[in-house]
Amino acid sequence: MQVKALILRASGINCDVETERAFTAAGADAERVHIRRFLDGERQLDEFHILAIPGGFSYGDDIAAGKALANELVHRMHEPLRRFVEAGKPVLGVCNGFQVLVRAGLLPGGDLGTQTASLAWNDSGKFECRWTRLKPASSRSIFTKGIETEIELPVAHAEGKFLTGEDALLDALEANGQVALRYAGEGYPAVPNGSARAIAAVCDPSGVVMGMMPHPERFISRYQHPRWTREPMPEEGAGLAIFRNAVAYAQAL
Amino acid sequence: MDVRRLPLLKANDAQLKAVSREGGLSLNLNEMRAVQAYFQKIGRDPTDVEIETIAQTWSEHCVHKTFRGRIDYEENGRREQIDSLLKTYIFGATERIGRDDCVSVFKDNAGVIRLDDEYGIAFKVETHNHPSAVEPYGGAGTGIGGVIRDILGTGLGAKPILNTDIFCFGPHDMPTAQLPKGVLHPKRVFKGVVAGVRDYGNRMGIPTANGAIFFDERYTANPIVYCGCAGLIPLNRVEKSVLPGDVIMAVGGRTGRDGIHGATFSSAELDETSESLGSVVQIGNPIVEKKMADALLQARDEGLFRCITDCGAGGFSSAVGEMGHSDARRGGAEAHLERAPLKYDGLAPWEIWLSEAQERMVLAVPPENEARLKALLAAEDVEAASLGHFTDTGRLIIKYKGETVGDLDMEFLHNGLPDIAKRAVWNAPNRRDPVFDEPDDLTETLTALLAMPNIASKEWAIRQYDHEVQGGVVVKPLQGLDHDGPGNACVVQPLLDRQTGVVFANGMNPKYGDIDPYWMAALAVDEALRNVAATGGSRQRTALLDNFSWGNPDKPDRLGSLARAARGCHDFAVGFGTPFISGKDSLYNEYRDGETGESAAIPGTLLISAVCPIDDVSKTLTMDAKAAGDAVYLVGRTRKELGGSHYYALRGDIGASVPQVRLDEARRSMDAVAQAAAEGLLRSAHDCSEGGLAVALAETAFAGGFGMNIRIPEEAAKEMRFDEFLFSESPSRFVVTCSPSQEAAFVKTLKAHGAEGRRIGAVTERPLLVLQDADGQTRLSADIFDLKEAWQRTFKW
Repeated sequence: MQVKALILRASGINCDVETERAFTAAGADAERVHIRRFLDGERQLDEFHILAIPGGFSYGDDIAAGKALANELVHRMHEPLRRFVEAGKPVLGVCNGFQVLVRAGLLPGGDLGTQTASLAWNDSGKFECRWTRLKPASSRSIFTKGIETEIELPVAHAEGKFLTGEDALLDALEANGQVALRYAGEGYPAVPNGSARAIAAVCDPSGVVMGMMPHPERFISRYQHPRWTREPMPEEGAGLAIFRNAVAYAQAL
Repeated sequence: MDVRRLPLLKANDAQLKAVSREGGLSLNLNEMRAVQAYFQKIGRDPTDVEIETIAQTWSEHCVHKTFRGRIDYEENGRREQIDSLLKTYIFGATERIGRDDCVSVFKDNAGVIRLDDEYGIAFKVETHNHPSAVEPYGGAGTGIGGVIRDILGTGLGAKPILNTDIFCFGPHDMPTAQLPKGVLHPKRVFKGVVAGVRDYGNRMGIPTANGAIFFDERYTANPIVYCGCAGLIPLNRVEKSVLPGDVIMAVGGRTGRDGIHGATFSSAELDETSESLGSVVQIGNPIVEKKMADALLQARDEGLFRCITDCGAGGFSSAVGEMGHSDARRGGAEAHLERAPLKYDGLAPWEIWLSEAQERMVLAVPPENEARLKALLAAEDVEAASLGHFTDTGRLIIKYKGETVGDLDMEFLHNGLPDIAKRAVWNAPNRRDPVFDEPDDLTETLTALLAMPNIASKEWAIRQYDHEVQGGVVVKPLQGLDHDGPGNACVVQPLLDRQTGVVFANGMNPKYGDIDPYWMAALAVDEALRNVAATGGSRQRTALLDNFSWGNPDKPDRLGSLARAARGCHDFAVGFGTPFISGKDSLYNEYRDGETGESAAIPGTLLISAVCPIDDVSKTLTMDAKAAGDAVYLVGRTRKELGGSHYYALRGDIGASVPQVRLDEARRSMDAVAQAAAEGLLRSAHDCSEGGLAVALAETAFAGGFGMNIRIPEEAAKEMRFDEFLFSESPSRFVVTCSPSQEAAFVKTLKAHGAEGRRIGAVTERPLLVLQDADGQTRLSADIFDLKEAWQRTFKW
């Protein structure tokens, strides 16, 4: 089966081209489609096996990062999206896409329409672009399978501090293996945003929906790494594994 | 109807002047007389729509009168006539060089250089100085928004792949009491400008990865904001045309009463009331522009339109007027203003026509494609409206609700501007190099230099820009072990499935202009090119952009220095074989003191930007030291020429001995380094610029996390003092490191090019920068982490 990956576009989404390229490199048939095509009924979510919501500033992030697009998913695409998730098809949100999934309630609780966490303003109070070291924190997420050592990926955001209302929820997420990646190292700037428990990526209870602030699509080839001129490293970037895992998982469905 | 007629036919000179002044037209008496003569000939008074159209078309901003006009130039008592700075020096250089890889030069919104057989790179740098002075956030944001539209409007549209930003501000720590009246504090301007570029560029999904920030008191009232954008364009989409019958289509944002008179505003000096001119500056909406960009690039690939240009200064008036004008045939256009989508009601026709509302483009669309294009745009949430059509009547007809509110002869509009002659004088200033004893503690001197605002780390600003989006920035602005060293240049890989890349760099140092603008220009060209070479790009494939920000060109001393800088641009562009493919000037950067009536200008500020395609991004180089035991070489000759140096500036001096570019030497050094870099013989290369050799060594060391043992050559000791050798800013020099196994091959490359290069030491594991004089005496020994801390502290905000 040829796995078809949907790269969802919307006004202000701007990482769609490199996300498409990452899925293509991972063996998927990737297509960038504007959300309007689904709202107008021209296209259907169930044509696809993977849904990716890329980074950017959807609708300008004017209310709160990702809020407007999350509302569109919750209120205007509720049924098809619920079916997509219930069918166990992988959903990946990166950066703004993570913010969208959290605000839509799919993360971390897996309950569309019920928001239980948030991505708040960075402790530094500003947008920052920097490379971070990440360490795997559980094996539940299907996206991080096989990632057993630290990897490096860049972040570029102003609102990436993962927060929940109560500490109990954080404990539960950890106990349940839903913390997929943490920033390695302590304090700023190792944890670039001040995220609770240095959380960089979380998945839903099933492990099939994941959101992450770092950008795996920006590290597909070694030349994208900031130290490729000074260290030996493989041709392939560490971010590609995340897309490969998604494609392999969808393939087996 | 809201159209006024201006009584011009019988006006005397005083009345003509009053019409220009009261209308904010920025037309001088001679120009007003030409306008009067035209309307006397056709026997009626002009409408406000017409007079505004003429004022805008003839504005300094749109027509670059100073650069195109005649100049009576006098230099140290010697007189000559320059026909046009642009033709003589800028086009002149490009023509003389005659490089056929420059596929579009000075005829479109940006220049285009060939990348490979299929694609070209469009590159343009704009200024947005006046708006950023009165409203830093909005001014800078719309500056970047505007130059992005230049790229979208080059050929049939290029896809933006990089933004650049170069700023000049007053001192960030200036005491508030010293601020001129009505002027924002430089720190506020700095923060606002960075935020404006950040919010617009990041939202557009374009990496901002090359730039510079420079400080001088004279920028306090007149900050300089250069915003650049580069785009990828298929070579078969570079040409554009307009045919009679094509639909005039306005695309993107709606039209409002914002930004009116921006074109004419930029032809005036600022004063204490300028800050209240809010309506000429706007707040942009990058999401509207992003949607428009996505949609237009799809339409380009479908071949749905024949011509495109941006709505910048002058709004529809400028866009439609330019597109309707053709040298090859009789042009013409007919536009119906009531068809333009408005933000709100109540705009007079001339306001619709002149509005500089952001995020708009104008297209010429073959009628058979109109419906398909509108459907495509609607599918991407982009608004579009057909305003009328292009014609071959030779007339620009503007209608509003059926009535003709403007009817101008295109020939008069575009060629009726009277010839301009301006007087320019340049006299060499009477300066001397300071005389002082060599400091006892050179560590303290180096530490102080590293902390100077012009040299200190700009990481605070750089990190707020997304320089990773699109995944194509393969050589980043911050480099080295901890990703915080100051890169020479950035490299973009615009197509992720090809190894082809583009090096972007810049050169600018207004300090040298205080001694001699000619050498300032030479040094800016040299700096841009040595940054390219240090990254592995060759000057044989490099093209340049020129951006001039100067004071009031009606004052002979300002224009004199401008003319002399332009001549420097010419001589060194030709000397290096690097043509100008685009450029821009922003004049009248002056502030008039309300009490004394005196007007002060910014220092003449020339920015040279360089673009250099390369075949393989894996053959590029960063500036950080990579391994202990590597040899350290100094390529290029150091001379005792410290005029305009930061070492003198540290002492409050300018000096006289401005560095000079020796073309032969410079070409050899650059070519040797570029070739060695591309062949993988080097581990690092860093150009010597502000602060000279010592600063370059320190930066190379601390970016790499290594120390260095350096001993200066004996010959140098005969010619100058140790401190002079360390801090001289002689151009065309590089600090390079090279592994012992490649050293012989590198030396051979140096010899093959006849370049002067000398081993001056080695990289060490021990994190100390140790500098010895020719006798082996240690004169400076500093912990690299202390040096780095000093370099980072200035802007650790």
